[in-house]
Formats: sequence, structure tokens, C-alpha cells
Amino acid sequence: MIKFTNVFKAFPKGGLALKDVSFHIAKGEFVFLTGHSGAGKSTVLKLVFAEEPVTSGEVRVSGFNVAELRPKDVPMLRRRLGIVFQDFRLLEDRTAEENVAFALEVTGARRSTIGARVMRVLTQVGLAAKAQAYPRELSGGEQQRVAIARALVNEPTVLLADEPTGNLDERATRGVFQLLRDINASGTAVLMATHDLDLVRQAPYRVIELQEGALVYDSVVDEPRDQAASP
Amino acid sequence: MNLTIREALLTFRRAPLLSALSVTTIAFSLFVVGLFGLVAVNLQDALRGVAERVEIVAYLLPGTPIETITLAEKDIEAFPEVQSAVYVSEDSALARARGELVEFRDVLQELERNPLPASIELKLKPRFRDVQHVNEVADRLRGFGFVDDVRFGRDWVEKLDRLRQVAAAVGLVVGAAFAVVAIIIIGTTIRMAVLQRSREIAIMRLVGATDGFIRRPFLLQGAIKGMLGGLVAMGLSYGAYVLINRWLIQAAFFSRAQALAVVGFGALIGLFGSAASVGRHLRRV
Ligand SMILES: Nc1ncnc2c1ncn2[C@@H]1O[C@H](COP(=O)(O)OP(=O)(O)OP(=O)(O)O)[C@@H](O)[C@H]1O
Ligand SMILES: [Mg+2]
Repeated sequence: MIKFTNVFKAFPKGGLALKDVSFHIAKGEFVFLTGHSGAGKSTVLKLVFAEEPVTSGEVRVSGFNVAELRPKDVPMLRRRLGIVFQDFRLLEDRTAEENVAFALEVTGARRSTIGARVMRVLTQVGLAAKAQAYPRELSGGEQQRVAIARALVNEPTVLLADEPTGNLDERATRGVFQLLRDINASGTAVLMATHDLDLVRQAPYRVIELQEGALVYDSVVDEPRDQAASP
Repeated sequence: MNLTIREALLTFRRAPLLSALSVTTIAFSLFVVGLFGLVAVNLQDALRGVAERVEIVAYLLPGTPIETITLAEKDIEAFPEVQSAVYVSEDSALARARGELVEFRDVLQELERNPLPASIELKLKPRFRDVQHVNEVADRLRGFGFVDDVRFGRDWVEKLDRLRQVAAAVGLVVGAAFAVVAIIIIGTTIRMAVLQRSREIAIMRLVGATDGFIRRPFLLQGAIKGMLGGLVAMGLSYGAYVLINRWLIQAAFFSRAQALAVVGFGALIGLFGSAASVGRHLRRV
């Protein structure tokens, strides 16, 4: 599904953001990406959705060889992914419904099917009643749900989430996290960058930890040692 | 396509102020171009009116037989440069003089002998009304044995020539300068519209929009703004024309084709300005 092999990433001004990172995320998996600020979490996600070019190594995402992707194929890759950010990134002058529909229209989806598909995902994230609300009329948690609905509407195989709960209070965090778990339970792989260790601890999911651009811990690989260390 | 039109039109609703500003900017830029165009059109009209009077007169020797003259008239009319050649007999020359020179009517009345020679008056086709062609035709006329003298306002034709050259040069330079200024101003306005929506463009890309998909509504919207600006500019020019006509001088307005050309020019600037702005923006981010 997502496979990094000896990936390096250097920014023009900023040195190495990723150093020899390798991991493989299988279909339907839920994976936390953790690490201190500046460790390279967002950079990993940016490489996955081809926001930044890979410096060296191989990145494969659901059949795409991202490192060698032509610019014109980038949109095709992104249509297979759902992407959620800490700051929601909704269009302020469109309603919740329009924000979600937008992601479908962009792909050239049939108009007649758009309305129903939008309502279905809004229902799934629990916001059907607020379909006509503008982002400014919604709480942070609700806005993030709209963003998640937008990410889901193209039925992605992978959902990428960069600190999706970073701007939310504890209650909203739990709600959004539960929503992501439900989405994962229905078969979508989730790769979630976070530094909320409480969240990481309370769920039985795989954890990949970065430190200054290097992968220092992967619970799948290091499981035995990890379990031995903590009874 | 439907979506393109909807998105393009939505811009006007979502950003009415900036849209109005763009249209106004385009309108005034094109208005300036239009005013200059009006001056050019009227100057051209005036020059054409003056050139209309470029006339060559061949005075004939007295006693030339009328048959010879009729034949020669046919020949002269067949010159490629000549639009018309009219024979004016001694008698009609005198009659005309009497009509035109009222003050001397008595003098002319008392003449025993008609002092005025017969002549052939030539008008050249519009594109031959310049020094070189007038000279050529005059030389050819002198070749006829019965032609006594050939007259045309040489100084005057030369001045007209210079005037035409100056008008063309000024028109080209000033017109081009105005057009370039208009393009720059309009381009800047469109750039603002693109920047205002850079967040939206980023989000469109995030959810998998192709560059073509992102670009299309901008192009359409740019063309619409340009066209509206062009229409407003034509309206303003017409207003200016009416005022000038009423208070200053008798002037001419654009022909329908010229007016359409200005509107079309607006639409094209809008289209290409948008294409350039969006293209640059998409390549940069
Ligand atoms: N566009 C860029 N140009 C130069 N350096 C960059 C750029 N983006 C990120 N970096 C650098 O790459 C490193 C990793 O950044 P990244 O955003 O991946 O960290 P992060 O783990 O997501 O941090 P945080 O938890 O604060 O979001 C940092 O040192 C950062 O300064
Ligand atoms: Mg980050």
C-alpha cells in the first residue's frame, strides 16, 4: 500500500529531513507516525502525496511509483488518497456540503451521483444536519469532520492525517479519533502523524517513530523487544 | 464544462468587489485606448477628406478638336491611378467662374473673349493620392501634345504626405504604448484575482484537481471580465463622443467592426492575462 525503501529527503535550504527511511504499510492498517517537532513526520506525508519530490530512494503508494511520477499524474495519485490536516483547509466561502462536493467535482464525477455521495459521507462523520453550514459556523471538531468527509468522499484506499487533532480539545479529539478508527475498521488504511502520546497509548495500533529524520522505532519490527521491556 | 462556467460565474458572487475592480480597471484602461482610437479614427477621416481634394488639372491648348479630347479622356480614365477624369470646356469654365466669383461677375460679363482655357480635371483613386503618384500622372499628362500645362498643389500634396506619415507613426507608437500599459494594468489586476484564490487553488490540487481543471474557470472568468471591461469602455467612449460632438467638434465614432475589435481585444487580454497569471502561479507552487 505504502512502501518506503531507503528514502532520503533533503530540502534546498535545510539539510536532510529524512535519512534512510524504510517501512511498509499494508492494506487496511492503522499506523501512528510519531516523533518530536521537526522529526520529519509531515515530510513523510508530503512525500506520500507528492507534495515534495523524493531526493533518493523509492516511494510506492497504491501502485504509483511516486519518486518517478510525472507532474500530470500527481492528481491521479491524490484521488486515491484522502488527506486531512491540523488546520482543516476548508474553503471559507462554501458550505460543508459544497466543500465535500468540491473534491468530487474536481475528479469529474457524474453530477447526478454527487449529491447522494456527499450526504452519505457527511452522515458517516455525523454532520448531515450541518450540511448547509459554512466553516465559520462550525466548531473546530466539526470542521475537521467536514475535512474528513471530504477526504473520504473519493473512497480512498489510504487516509493521510497530519496531526488531525492538533487544534482540538480533548473531547473533540476523542470524537475525531474514534471517527478515524471507524473509517479504518471499514477497510481504509490510516497513516496518522501525531505527538499526542495519550492517543497513541490508548489504541493498539502500529507506531513508527522518527527522530531527526531517521526511523528509530517501528512497533511491528521491534515488537518483541518492546513487549519484553514493558510488562 | 458546466462546472467551468459555474465556477467562473461564482467568482463574481464570491468576490464581487475584486471582480468589479477588475472590470473597472480593464474598462478604464481600454477607455484610454478607445479615446486614442477615436482621435486616430477622426484624424484619419479628416486626412481622407483633405486627400479627397487632391486634384490634377491639365489645361488644354486652345483649339484642340473635341474628338481628340474625347479620345484622350478615355485614355486618361484608363490610367490605373485615375478615379475620374472630367472635361471642362472653355464655356463651362467661364460659367463656373461666374458662379463662384460673384464679386467679379460684372467683369466676367463684359469680356469679349473667354480667357479661360479648357481643361481635364482628374481625381486619383484614394491610395494614389500621394506625391509620387501625383507626379507620375502629371508627367504622363504632359506627354499629350495638346496639353498646355499641368497643375496640382505640389506643396500641399507634399504636406499631406508628411502629415500622413506623422499621424501613422504617432498612432503606432502611442497606440502601442497605451495597449502595453493596458495589458500591464489588466495583468496585475488578474494576478490579484489569482493570488486571492491561491488557498483555493492549493486545496483544489490537494484533492486531485488537474492543472487544466484549475485553469479553465480562470480563463473563462478572465475573458468575461475583459469583455465586460471592453463593453464598458465602449460605453464610456460613446459618452465622450457624444459630449465632444455636442460641445466641441463634429466627430465620427467607431464603426461597428472597430467597436467589436476593442471589446474583442479586452476579452483577449483578459484571457491571455489570466492564462499567464494562472500558469505562472501553478508552476511556482
Ligand atoms: N519546505 C521546507 N524547506 C526547508 N526545510 C524544511 C521544509 N519543510 C520542512 N523542513 C525541515 O524538515 C524538517 C522536518 O520537518 P517536518 O515538517 O517534517 O517536521 P514534523 O515532524 O512534521 O514537525 P511538527 O511536529 O512540528 O509538525 C525540519 O527540520 C524542517 O525545518
Ligand atoms: Mg508536521
